Amino acid sequence: MAKNIIIDAKGIYYKDLNQKIRELIRQGYQDFELVNVSGQRYLATGLDGKYNFLIKGVAGQDTAAFMRGPYLRIEGNAQDGLGNTMDDGRVVVTGMAGDVLGYAMRGGEIYIKGDVGYRVGIHMKAYKEKLPVIVIGGKAGDFLGEYMAGGVLIVLGVFSQHPNAPITGRSLGTGIHGGVIYIRGEVPKYQLASNLLVEEVDEKDMELIKIQVKNFAEELDADADLLLKEKFIRIRPKSHRPYGNLYVPN
Amino acid sequence: MLKERVYSIKEYKHKVFSQKEYMREKDISGCGLFGVINRKKNLISGSIPVEAIAVQHDRGNGLGGGFAAYGIYPEMEDKYALHLMCDDKDALSCAEELIRRYFDIHLSEPIPTKRTLNIVESPVLWRVFVSVKEDRPAWITLNEDDYVVAVVMQVNKQIKGAYIFSSGRNMGAFKGVGFPEDIGEFYRLDEYKGYIWTAHNRFPTNTPGWWGGAHPFTILDWSIVHNGEISSYGINKRYLAEHKYECTLMTDTEVVAYLLDLFIRKHGLSKKMACRIFAPPFWDEIDRMEEEEQRAYTALRMVYGSGLLNGPFAILFANHEGLVGLNDRIKLRPLIVAEKGDEVFMASEDCSIRSVCPNPDKLWAPKAGEPVIVELEN
Repeated sequence: MAKNIIIDAKGIYYKDLNQKIRELIRQGYQDFELVNVSGQRYLATGLDGKYNFLIKGVAGQDTAAFMRGPYLRIEGNAQDGLGNTMDDGRVVVTGMAGDVLGYAMRGGEIYIKGDVGYRVGIHMKAYKEKLPVIVIGGKAGDFLGEYMAGGVLIVLGVFSQHPNAPITGRSLGTGIHGGVIYIRGEVPKYQLASNLLVEEVDEKDMELIKIQVKNFAEELDADADLLLKEKFIRIRPKSHRPYGNLYVPN
Repeated sequence: MLKERVYSIKEYKHKVFSQKEYMREKDISGCGLFGVINRKKNLISGSIPVEAIAVQHDRGNGLGGGFAAYGIYPEMEDKYALHLMCDDKDALSCAEELIRRYFDIHLSEPIPTKRTLNIVESPVLWRVFVSVKEDRPAWITLNEDDYVVAVVMQVNKQIKGAYIFSSGRNMGAFKGVGFPEDIGEFYRLDEYKGYIWTAHNRFPTNTPGWWGGAHPFTILDWSIVHNGEISSYGINKRYLAEHKYECTLMTDTEVVAYLLDLFIRKHGLSKKMACRIFAPPFWDEIDRMEEEEQRAYTALRMVYGSGLLNGPFAILFANHEGLVGLNDRIKLRPLIVAEKGDEVFMASEDCSIRSVCPNPDKLWAPKAGEPVIVELEN
């Protein structure tokens, strides 16, 4: 039987809170409920193993950074840098998330119900069985998937506070050289630079999208069938070496 | 709430410099911002901005904290409130003498402070409430506001060791070296009530952490707090010099206060236009605009190119009519905005807003380069 504990994080300094969590892990606790979280940084950062966190409040910068394995459910919003270089595990956010979400992420899944900030999924990478996935229920800011080298970004554009905004922003996939971005619906043409290959999804893509959207829907109380009704487009890099000729032409 | 982690400048210096460079604990920070406005001019206690900026404690490093407050001097609302910081009593006397030459002084007193654990050293802090002399010794043709600007520039440039760091009516800036929660306690801000407040937690990057360099920066009733770096400082500063604004406080953000005064008060541009000068649309965006808009933005970029703020920034600025939040065009610094009833909150972090407004009606991250302009209702 897994040991569980509820921690009231109100007024606790982030270092003390994280030290306490690590001490409890050494004592054998696996399930944590953190209440009244108010921007404390580095929650579950660097943790390796099967732990469960229910976080109520606002998760601070770099939550779940370098994490390998834990499951986090954040009931509220997450600030900047969520899932930075995350290696494995799952993060679910019922609200919105800030900038540089999933920066250099290398494995695991992140599901955000609402909107996300700028530079989401930049530098994401994949290797062998490692395939990081971010599903965004709302809309994304500029530089989505910039320098992306691997992994999957799925943007649904449904649960957004900005009904009139385009689903993604400027500089979409700048310098992208691997991985794939799936968008539900359309992206304005001017946002699609010449380095991008924009196509309709095929059956293989839809298999992956279906699994991920179903996970998203289960975690976040949404209607997967409805979300899957709309057409998706696939955005990939044209070249795996977009800057190969920049200084020394081949 | 984070009091036990606060250290004084002395302790900070010890912490940082007692170790070899490679052994030092790394401070990873950016500045922190907070602002609040009540659209109906209902007054908000100074303890609110202090509490909200304290939550963002780790965004600063104890080398600067400050606040701007509007509506705090109702009994003197028609007088210019000059806040001074001076190295010593002599500098204050020199400054006061110069002020007396240009103004009628209605009240001259120390800015109330209290000794706190963490603010151990401070300059002489003084305030004078003044009105423009009937019989002016100089600048006879200037309007009152321009006259005040001219005197502020003269004091800051010419009186050694004395600075006027606030010069608006029915408003004031309170700032210094320390964490903002300590600066707030030091200046007894819980005893003030205002309808707009801004707050700043400083992490100095390129310029010294000294009392004059703390945010906000002000001129007349403009105040500005800033997270980021203004790489265009040199261009902005030279441009301002042509318009008789002298930068004396050794920190990039100072230019924004004077640019606001120049663009909005003197050139009559709207707040939105001023923001479009600071963070103009990209040329490819201008290309996609309707012709009339295209012409307007092209003209704005041509005429006010020297007013563009290059580099990463999130700024909050205010005057007696409202509060504005603005990001740089590619959003290199965070900014969150929330609404609750008649109040609008702006901060670097979500948690900062929620510490004083747990359940906002609406909370969002504004788009890069698009100002959030909140005006008072009449």
